[in-house]
Amino acid sequence: MTQNVGAYAIPATEQKSSANPGRRIARVRRAKVLAAQLLLAVLIIGSWQLLTTWKVLDPFFYGQPSGIVKQLKDYFTQGDQATEFGSYWSQIFTTLREAVFGFVCGTVGGIVVGVGLGVSPFMAKVIGPYIKIFNAIPRIVLGSIFLVAFGLGQTPKILLSSVLVFFVVFFNAFQGVREVDRNVLNNARVLGASKLRIVKDVTLPSALTWIIASLHTAFGFAIIGAIVGEMLGAQSGLGLVITTAQNQFNPDGVFASMFVIAAITLVVEFLLTRLERRLLSWRPPSPTEAAAI
Amino acid sequence: MATQPVTGVPGARIEISGVTKRFLTPSGEVFTAIKDVDFEVEPGQFCAVVGPTGCGKSTTLSLVSGLDRPSEGEVRVAGRPVDGIAEGVSYMFQADALLPWKTVLGNVALGPSFRGVRRKEAETAARDWLRRVGLAGFEDRHPHQLSGGMRKRVGMAAALINEPRILLMDEPFGALDVQTKAIMQNELIGLWEQLRPSVLFITHDLEEAIALADRVVVMTSGPGSVKAVFDIDLPRPRGAIQDIRFQPEFLELHRQIWESLREEVERTYARTAGVAA
Ligand SMILES: Nc1ncnc2c1ncn2[C@@H]1O[C@H](COP(=O)(O)OP(=O)(O)O)[C@@H](O)[C@H]1O
Ligand SMILES: [Mg+2]
Repeated sequence: MTQNVGAYAIPATEQKSSANPGRRIARVRRAKVLAAQLLLAVLIIGSWQLLTTWKVLDPFFYGQPSGIVKQLKDYFTQGDQATEFGSYWSQIFTTLREAVFGFVCGTVGGIVVGVGLGVSPFMAKVIGPYIKIFNAIPRIVLGSIFLVAFGLGQTPKILLSSVLVFFVVFFNAFQGVREVDRNVLNNARVLGASKLRIVKDVTLPSALTWIIASLHTAFGFAIIGAIVGEMLGAQSGLGLVITTAQNQFNPDGVFASMFVIAAITLVVEFLLTRLERRLLSWRPPSPTEAAAI
Repeated sequence: MATQPVTGVPGARIEISGVTKRFLTPSGEVFTAIKDVDFEVEPGQFCAVVGPTGCGKSTTLSLVSGLDRPSEGEVRVAGRPVDGIAEGVSYMFQADALLPWKTVLGNVALGPSFRGVRRKEAETAARDWLRRVGLAGFEDRHPHQLSGGMRKRVGMAAALINEPRILLMDEPFGALDVQTKAIMQNELIGLWEQLRPSVLFITHDLEEAIALADRVVVMTSGPGSVKAVFDIDLPRPRGAIQDIRFQPEFLELHRQIWESLREEVERTYARTAGVAA
């Protein structure tokens, strides 16, 4: 998949003389950005800590970085006593499981329906308005319906998560299919491709750029679906931990779980970027990647 | 299989009789793109079509390929009316039609692969065709890593690997620089002489049309119909395309055909200029 490297290879002799200063410039540039980023973090967290210590902001409402760190330590060290519903890890896994299931179901559904409607203009016309209507429903409200229908277990969270993910992926898949180059499509037809081969060899790979772009947003939505579902009613999960902390007037608990969720999302984001690189390795490097010095 | 030059298998005859194509514009009006087009391409003949821009050349080609259907009249290939994608027809589009996510090898192997040939065999045939168009060693590149001329070669290999009886080419070299274009023209003629498919070749370059073709069809400004058909009786092999342009016979043909074409070009120009004014 990555033989394309060869195309850009510079002869070895040239590389020696020209790459070193280039690499140094790049390294200095990266170090500068990193330093500025760290500075910004220190500035924000530091002023938060100071303002709450000086009681300019009331830590009772706004939490306090030191309190959040302590809360995190408690969550991860107190084992089964960490929350009223068992260990903190098990809360994380509950939420993660719901989000991942929802993500997978929603993505698969979104791709299947999106590509299906994308290749069939007639079906797109027939189904289109219904999807618009469904999409116009405030989807969070669906959470209440799912809760009533399926109880306090994981099913309603997975469903809510799937629905949120579905629409993001669906619209992108649908658009991706419609953006398929007509020349390429006609070329495949003339070369003798069957309908199925066209979908497999032309439509899907071509829409993949769009679909993968949507996955980043989609995972965020999957997490939101799971958390909101848990907040509406659950027996475990981070959403439940957050509502409990909220009811106990413990902002540090809310913030701590918030950071854990953010960390999870970042890890998944990283994995998705890796996947994206792999699947889209055929693409020409974007101009920013081959930055000018 | 696809490795040996096919001799004695002539291209198929193309008969376009009384063909009209109308489109429904988004606003609901009927737009006539071509009207009563009538001409023939003999088996194995190289036929060029010239005409002002927008006169319906591409439309005509898509009707022969079976991608689109005539509103009136009939297109026949090898004596059979075209009904859906025609067997044995390859098409080189005006714009690049390679799959950007497939390697050069994968792109050339598409034709056989779509027709159910096993992957190994398809790739062997593709390798062979890449060699024939001078791209051995580039199998693993992706299209975006090739120059415009190289991409055209890939397109040519991808079109010819199916051993078409009819090769449709829509301004294939229009976007190339002059030198690359000359090289590609020579190579095309070389391959055509080996395989002898019937070729329907659209171009806006009259010199190219005369240098390559046995027959030049001039179309009127839109809605296009056939204005004149010129048989080019320059002997073959004609040698390097760049040299033939200066022969007196060539110049005479060029003068005649340009005479016919100029009116149409000017009419189209006047019309678009009138719209713009
Ligand atoms: N699918 C279509 N729908 C509506 N109009 C079309 C369509 N395809 C082509 N046309 C119109 O038909 C005319 C001829 O087009 P085309 O065959 O592409 O011209 P050429 O290739 O000679 O430049 C143009 O005016 C174009 O706008
Ligand atoms: Mg055209």
